[in-house]
Amino acid sequence: MIAVAYAWPSIVVFATAALLILVGAVGVLAAHNPVHSALSLIMTLFGVAVAFVAQSADFLAAVEIIVYAGAIVVLFLFVIMFLGVDRRDPVRVEPLVGQRAFAGVGVVITVAGLITLMARSHWVTGAVSVSSKGAAIATGQGNVKQLGTAVFTTYLFAFEATAALLIIAVVGAVLLARRERTQSEVEE
Amino acid sequence: MNVPAAWYLVLAALLFGVGAFGLLTRRSALIMFMCVELMLNAVNLTFVTFSRTLGDIGGQAIVFFVMVVAAAEVTVGLGIVVSVFRRRSSTSVDELSEMKG
Repeated sequence: MIAVAYAWPSIVVFATAALLILVGAVGVLAAHNPVHSALSLIMTLFGVAVAFVAQSADFLAAVEIIVYAGAIVVLFLFVIMFLGVDRRDPVRVEPLVGQRAFAGVGVVITVAGLITLMARSHWVTGAVSVSSKGAAIATGQGNVKQLGTAVFTTYLFAFEATAALLIIAVVGAVLLARRERTQSEVEE
Repeated sequence: MNVPAAWYLVLAALLFGVGAFGLLTRRSALIMFMCVELMLNAVNLTFVTFSRTLGDIGGQAIVFFVMVVAAAEVTVGLGIVVSVFRRRSSTSVDELSEMKG
């Protein structure tokens, strides 16, 4: 019945994305070795990129791969190797009694609440289109052009603010990771 | 015709749930950061889905900014992890209890 309503290629694409995303996400949690967690994270990010492409967010899919899988996960791997925690598996003890059970119950309630909310209230927003206020998606234009136009006109101030944010983050990271040398080391 | 938006939204909700569960149960700071990334990606997926459904490019612009904030957050967060590791030789968040009230 579903196959009649929707074209099967889109269903295959969705199934691929869902499989990549969920297997990768569970892999992040279940892996004992942090390196395996980081590699599973890459799998999830590729799945999300597939979902982006399927929904015609081409530019964001590319950014997802370049920034997330290319930069952020590499940063994670670098820190894992740098600290040498890749072999030391933390012992799976529960300092708080029943923490895992409570976490599971809370997460199930949250997800069920989200799905119920989305199903009951016309997908949360209630609106069919908000294009009167925002920049509407025009047909026949490339995704990159539309997104660039929106970012450099409607969201220009936020875009400039991200520049300041990134500078602050870089300075903060340098300050945090820098090791103060002792007086004897400086004299040597 | 593309699959309905509901499928992607449910997928994003599940991804968010998995990330939240990991954040609550794992105690290595590095893994917790990865779980935060999972939750951010779930929200990004929701934004893109709504962007398609409502025909508004604004959702994709927000995802763009979320990615920038995620990159900044990871940079500072990993800096903190490195500097904590120097003092404690551990990335377990349970051992950081000296500011406990």
